[in-house]
Amino acid sequence: MAHYDLTMPITEEQVRALRVGDTVTLQQTLYGIRDATYIAMFDHQRKTRFDLNGHAVIHTAPNVRKVPVSEEYPAGYQSVCIGTTTSSRMERFTRQLIEQYGVRIIIGKGGMHEGSKQAFKDLGGVYLGIVGGTAALETTWIEQIEDVDLDDLNPESLWKFRIRDFGPLLVAMDSHGNSLYDEVNSEVQSRRDAVLASLGAN
Amino acid sequence: MNTIDYTQVEEAARELYIRALKLLPDDIKEGFQQLQGMETSERARGILGTMVTNIRVAEENQNLLCQDTGIPIYNVFIGRNVAVDGWRLKQAIAKGCERATREHPLRSSVVHPISRKNNHTSCGPGVPVIHVDFVEDPDTLEIEMIPKGSGSENNSFLRMAIPAEGLAAVKRFVIDCVINAGGRTCPPTIVGVGVGGTSDLCVHLAKKAATRPLGSACEDPLGAELERELSQAVNKLGVGPQGLGGDATSFAVHVELAATHITMNPVAVNMQCHSARRARASLGNGGIEYGF
Repeated sequence: MAHYDLTMPITEEQVRALRVGDTVTLQQTLYGIRDATYIAMFDHQRKTRFDLNGHAVIHTAPNVRKVPVSEEYPAGYQSVCIGTTTSSRMERFTRQLIEQYGVRIIIGKGGMHEGSKQAFKDLGGVYLGIVGGTAALETTWIEQIEDVDLDDLNPESLWKFRIRDFGPLLVAMDSHGNSLYDEVNSEVQSRRDAVLASLGAN
Repeated sequence: MNTIDYTQVEEAARELYIRALKLLPDDIKEGFQQLQGMETSERARGILGTMVTNIRVAEENQNLLCQDTGIPIYNVFIGRNVAVDGWRLKQAIAKGCERATREHPLRSSVVHPISRKNNHTSCGPGVPVIHVDFVEDPDTLEIEMIPKGSGSENNSFLRMAIPAEGLAAVKRFVIDCVINAGGRTCPPTIVGVGVGGTSDLCVHLAKKAATRPLGSACEDPLGAELERELSQAVNKLGVGPQGLGGDATSFAVHVELAATHITMNPVAVNMQCHSARRARASLGNGGIEYGF
């Protein structure tokens, strides 16, 4: 189990070095994306002006305060609270995100499924698990909202964050076909019958 | 009869939303301590530690515990000697909810279900959800606010089981819902179970159970026995915090029940995530008192 400090963006080789159980801390840049952003980009073919190649995205829609554009707030937004949403809903977009935009890292909570696991393996990507529901802490890892695109979708815009020491995050799905969620799930399934028997409900 | 100051209701509704999002009730903090004491997985202990750190950071920075501002729910309890204009009360609560969203500001997590349009007010048709109940307490109007996060709410289930399937069907359904939800509900959770009633009442009971304080028990002795049994069972499944394995799958399973039809055996599950947020205000005697 190794720890990696990655300054974004990264290469395919760097992402393929990561194995489930490793931990990662990210530096520099992180993009925020979620349901409506994905739907706009892949179901309605809307393009972003951001270059996501080699970058990490986090499943989020932040709480922000609208402020005048300044050096401190170049996008006209001050961060209030930024945290992570459940990734499972975005499952069907993973392959397109990597194939069309070159994204290497997806950060979320709760895990993703078979299609994502296969896409990570085929194209070179990982899923990093963050502790969901700990947004107050995560907010302290984000220095600035640098930019925003597709902002008519607000709060589900495509956000560009400047980050510092973002993590540690857990490599929960890697590019070698491994998923911690699969491991836990098969363990849980193996315990199900005994638990039901203890309740007289088998 | 005591009359209500609707400016105060609006103020309380505004303040309650913000308080609920920032301050976790003491019973949930104690629940974390108990789970930390029993957890045997090192990874799970690390995750629980991060959650507890987050509670502290939110208090220190006066920030929101979680970015999900949820669907705002207000439960109103009207005492016997309180005279209320129900319509004005509902208007004042919605106004307070909207003001909290604009003035803090908070992310409005509420959209129209078909157009998906967000008015950035946390309000829309039927939202905030307002439930009104009448209680014996003679002097006060109590308002409980629950911002219900979507990660847990998206794991809500109803099954209209039949009498021939017995109580075993209820237990099996709860266990399978917890397994299928995995890490998507942001465990450790409070698993709310509704038993009996009609379909809609059953789901409502599950929500009531999921948002009940830890340490409270179902008033019905058979319901209380069922929740004790299920509380032990779910933490033997190994789902663990965030669905990444461990003992601490849930703080507790809570059961609420209602009588049902001779042909029916309904069971509903609604879950509350580890950020089990709620806040309470008591209006009466000229002021507002806040608590959980």
